[in-house]
Parts: sequence; C-alpha cells; structure tokens
Amino acid sequence: MVDVLLEVRNLRVEFPTRRGTLVAVDDISFGVRKGEVLGVVGESGAGKSLTGAAIIGLLEPPGRIAGGQVILDGRRIDNLPAEDLRRVRGKQIGMVFQDPLTSLNPLYTVGQQLSETILTHNPQMSEQDARARSLSLLLDVGIPAAKDRLNAYPHQFSGGMRQRVVIALALAAEPELVIADEPTTALDVSVQSQIIALLKRLCRERGTAVILVTHDMGVIAETADRVAVMYAGRIAEIGSVRDVILYPKHPYTVGLMGAIPALDSDVERLAQIPGSMPRLTAIPKGCAFNPRCDKAFERCLIERPNPITVGSRQIACWLYDSERTEAAA
Amino acid sequence: MSERLLLEVRNLSKVFDVSKPWLERVLNRESKKTLKAVTDVSFSIKKGETFALVGESGSGKSTIARMIVGLYPVSAGTIVFDGLDVTDPANAARFAKERRRLTMIFQDPYASLNPRWRVDRIISEPIRAFGLMRDDKEIEDRVGELLRLVRLDPLDGQKYPHEFSGGQRQRIAIARALASNPEFIVCDEPTSALDVSVQAQVLNLMRDLQGQFGLTYLFISHNLAVIRHMATRVGVLYLGRLAEVAPTSGLFRTPQHPYTRMLLAAVPDLHGFGADRAAAVQGEIANPIDPPSGCTFHPRCGLANARCKQEVPQPRPSGNALVACHAVEEGRTTTAQAA
Repeated sequence: MVDVLLEVRNLRVEFPTRRGTLVAVDDISFGVRKGEVLGVVGESGAGKSLTGAAIIGLLEPPGRIAGGQVILDGRRIDNLPAEDLRRVRGKQIGMVFQDPLTSLNPLYTVGQQLSETILTHNPQMSEQDARARSLSLLLDVGIPAAKDRLNAYPHQFSGGMRQRVVIALALAAEPELVIADEPTTALDVSVQSQIIALLKRLCRERGTAVILVTHDMGVIAETADRVAVMYAGRIAEIGSVRDVILYPKHPYTVGLMGAIPALDSDVERLAQIPGSMPRLTAIPKGCAFNPRCDKAFERCLIERPNPITVGSRQIACWLYDSERTEAAA
Repeated sequence: MSERLLLEVRNLSKVFDVSKPWLERVLNRESKKTLKAVTDVSFSIKKGETFALVGESGSGKSTIARMIVGLYPVSAGTIVFDGLDVTDPANAARFAKERRRLTMIFQDPYASLNPRWRVDRIISEPIRAFGLMRDDKEIEDRVGELLRLVRLDPLDGQKYPHEFSGGQRQRIAIARALASNPEFIVCDEPTSALDVSVQAQVLNLMRDLQGQFGLTYLFISHNLAVIRHMATRVGVLYLGRLAEVAPTSGLFRTPQHPYTRMLLAAVPDLHGFGADRAAAVQGEIANPIDPPSGCTFHPRCGLANARCKQEVPQPRPSGNALVACHAVEEGRTTTAQAA
C-alpha cells in the first residue's frame, strides 16, 4: 500500500516485575492509512490504551517496548532518542486523553497553553500569530465566545468544553495522526455525540488519521472505517467496521456483539461470555480466549493462533485455519 | 406483575446547601447558595416491576435513590413504602421493622465491599444486623446458598474482595443485598463500572433473580440501551425534574418530551455506520446552582417559546405517558415533526 501512514509490526509491550515479566501487548501488527479512522476496542485490560501509549512513546515505566517496530511515514519512531521522539509527539502525532481535566495545566489559561504548543512546534512564528491561530482553533472546535475564553482557565470550562480544548491542543501542530484514548468516556451521552461529531469533522477536513481507542462499540460503528478487537494483549479480529459488527467471526467478537444491549431490539436474555478477561499474570496457554470459548478444540489449548487472513479481514482463531475449513468443506 | 403499589414517591425534593463558610460569606456579603438536586418528583412503582430512572450527570437520579433508602433525609415530599410513610418521623419505629425489605446495590463494586472483611462476613452482615438468624451454622448455610444464587462457589466465602474481578464483586454485592430477603432493591448504576461481557452476566443474573423471588427494582442508569433491556417503565430526569414517565416500549418507540428525543438521538448506534449526530444535540446540561427559568430545558430546546421561558411545565398525561412539556401539551411537537 502506498498510502500507509503508520505501521505497527509485531509490537510487544512488557512490564518487568519481581515475579517475572508481564506481557501486556503481545506481538500485534496493524497499519493505519492516511486519513483513516481505526477503532481499537476491547474490555479493560485488553491492552488497547497501552498500544496507543506505545505508539506515541508515552509508556509509563517500568512498561517498555520489548519488541517490534513502529513506523510513521516510512520512518521508525519506536527507537528514537527521547529528544527526537518529543518532536514527533505533538507535531506528527497528537493525543487526546480520557480525562480532559488532567490533560490541561490548571495554572495556565487555555490561550497560553494553545500558544505554547503552537510556538513549540513552529519556533519561527510570532506570539501574535500564535495567539491568532489559537483563537481560530478554539472557533474550529466550537467554543462559544472564543475570544474571551482564550483568557479563561481550564476549571472555568465544563467537561465537554474542556474536551474541545484538548482536541484543539491535539490538532494545534496539524499532526497527521491523532490517538484518541477513550475521548468521550468521562462525558454524558449528549455531549459525547457532539465531541465525536467534532473529531470526525476536523479530521476529515484536515485529512488527519485517527486511532480511536474505546470500549463503546456504538461509537466505533459510527466513527471508524476499520476496527481492531483486542483481547488479552492480542488482536482477535481486525477488519472493516461493517464486516466486524454485522458479521463477527472470532468467537470473542461474536460474544461481545451479543452481550451489548441494543436500543432497537428486544431480546429476553443477552448473550453472555462465561468468566472474565484473564489477568496478565495468568494468561492461558494456547489461545488466551480458550477457557471462555465454546468452540475451543485441542489445538486451541496448545498452540497460539496468529492472525489468519479471511477475505479483507484478519482473525486470530484456529477455526479459520485453511486446513480446517477445507476439511470442513 | 400485580397492580399493588410497592413504592410511591410524592413531590419529592432535595436541596443541598452549597454556601461558602459563614465568615467568608459575611466578609464578601454573599448570600446563601443552594443546589436544588431534586425538585417535585413524583412516581410510583408496582410490585414486581422494574422502574428505571435515566438522566445525565447532575440530573438527580442517585440523590433520589439515596433518599428512598434513607441515606439522605428528604427536603420536602413523601416516600411511601408499602403503605407506610417512611418520611414521617412518627413511623420510624414501624419502618425499622420493615427496613430489611428494602436494600441497595451500588455502582462501584470496589468501593462498596469492605476490603478487610472476608466475603462470608460481608454477606452475613445484614442477616446478623436484622437478627434474622442467630445460629452460626444456619448463617453459614444461608451464605453458601446466597453465593450459589449469584453463581459463585460457597467456598468463595473464605476469600477477601480483592481476590475477585469486578463482575464477581458486583455479584457479591447482589448476594449481600439479597441476604435480608428483600422485596425492593434500589440498583444505582449496577453495571456502569463493568465491561460489556461482564455486564451481560450481571444483567441476566438480575433478571433471573427478579423472576425467582418476585423482586421489584428501581434501576438507575445513564445507559439507555441497558434501561431498554431491563425496565418495564422509565422516568427521564433532567436537572432534578421528571421530564417524562412512560412504559419502556412506548418511550423508545415514540419519545415525546424534546429532551427524551434528544437523548435517544444522541446514543451511538451499532448499525449507524458513519452516522452524523452533530445536528441532533445542542448545548450542555445547565448549572444546577443557577438553573434556567421556566422549563429548565428551554435553552437547549428547539420548540421553546416565551411560555417555556417563564412557566415551569407540570407533568400531564399524554397517551400512555406523563410528559412535562408545554410544547407537547399544546401539540406543537407534531407540527415540528411534520416540518
């Protein structure tokens, strides 16, 4: 593919502990095309936030990238020295976190924070220009009375308005990729829909690619082009949003889709997956999903499945191994 | 489901004092500040049904739950549980005897279980507190039975809460709520802290238990899909007032109040590929310390007129529902729909 913006190859994130090494992200690979929205879904502990943090180089120690490569625009960025990575961050990759209050500095006005970000990445720009650009960013993200709000502090904004400011900050240096980690989880539904619409509009206008990390399948359905479903540090299934949501193939995705109560259907009982996601200290042998899977057979207990290409998607499940499907057919 | 009312809430209000300390207030010549968390809310719950309260943060849903179980005193209004006015101090002694019939499940299963207690002690606490059983062996058997009811192993009673996952902890909380043989359980966001696959387990369990013991639920959630799955009737709260009360199927098929419509339009849909919801929703919930005049929803409402800005709408019957909206009462919504 010519238009690949980000490529993640065999990424592995480890946490060394006294009792041994925990593998939080285990050998995952995927690509993000220019201007594409890739959704990353999974339940807590699946490794979706860590994947985002690893790409942008914000893993909290002792967490570290133990293997694999992150390639942005043809350039490897996972092994860059801290100083160079700092320049990539913000300039090429923007980040939106879950909690807008903790991602803004309470002691500086919103205008100062925006100007600072713009000046850091465009040192030749004058302060007036930076301020003018801050104002246009605030207008872009739909903040009413933006001119006065430049001089306001984060605590003077509501939750939804704060998240708009954070999005403005993430887009300040016009990055090619934005990683949004649960950007609407802390917000109410009515505000969530506004923020999602805003993120979609701005990224479409600027051709910015987005990695949208969330646990909300509805948000993914409406926003993403492709989706990666993560389970216990691995990608269970990755493909176009329509395929994965309408015709899930991996038993975990099937269970997950059945477990979500829908607004437009009456089911007596929700499908339930027995048990819960394994802890990192006790990842089962073979396929990590095998203790909860009703389709598991011998091979699943012994051998870990690697992604298998089925049509336009990839599924890490032995059910879709060609030998087996041929035998079944 | 019978027609017997188990719980009746009449004109319930809760006002919190959010003033600054006295000295600061006097020095700055400021007046007292109050926050009206709940204003004039009335609804009733029949035995065996699941009544849900839905609303965004700050809408007063948890405050109502807490007043019903007695964690907050009421500011005004009455709560009648099975014919007994529990807000009347004269009934305190009688209600104390009935207290075991009404329990609560909280949102955060990490905060609602004492980490220093073993699970069997947590679950047996209500049994001992209400003096339902005295014999230790009998209590042990009952705890084992309760653990089996919530699909856990009786041997799990020997463990501490930290040894369980979020979903298992919430099941322990449910076992504790069931320990006193209650008839009415207030469930305040019981699955909001859980992952979807685990949420499905807990919701299924709650429905099973309801069928098995004829329980009545007051179910509080901000998740409309969960409410649709669980509730028989729904009350929609906005800034401490009930905007609409309707049977679940009617509310989701033909929402009447403009706020209910907006809320439903805002929920991202699994099959709404590429949908754009930007137009559906405007503004944010107002500050409850200084709420808008008249109908508190008017600044966000496309149908608001002069009357909405001045006069607080009262709930009026409209079809199967009770709707507090001038536009619905005057029939202005239908014309807007046609346009």
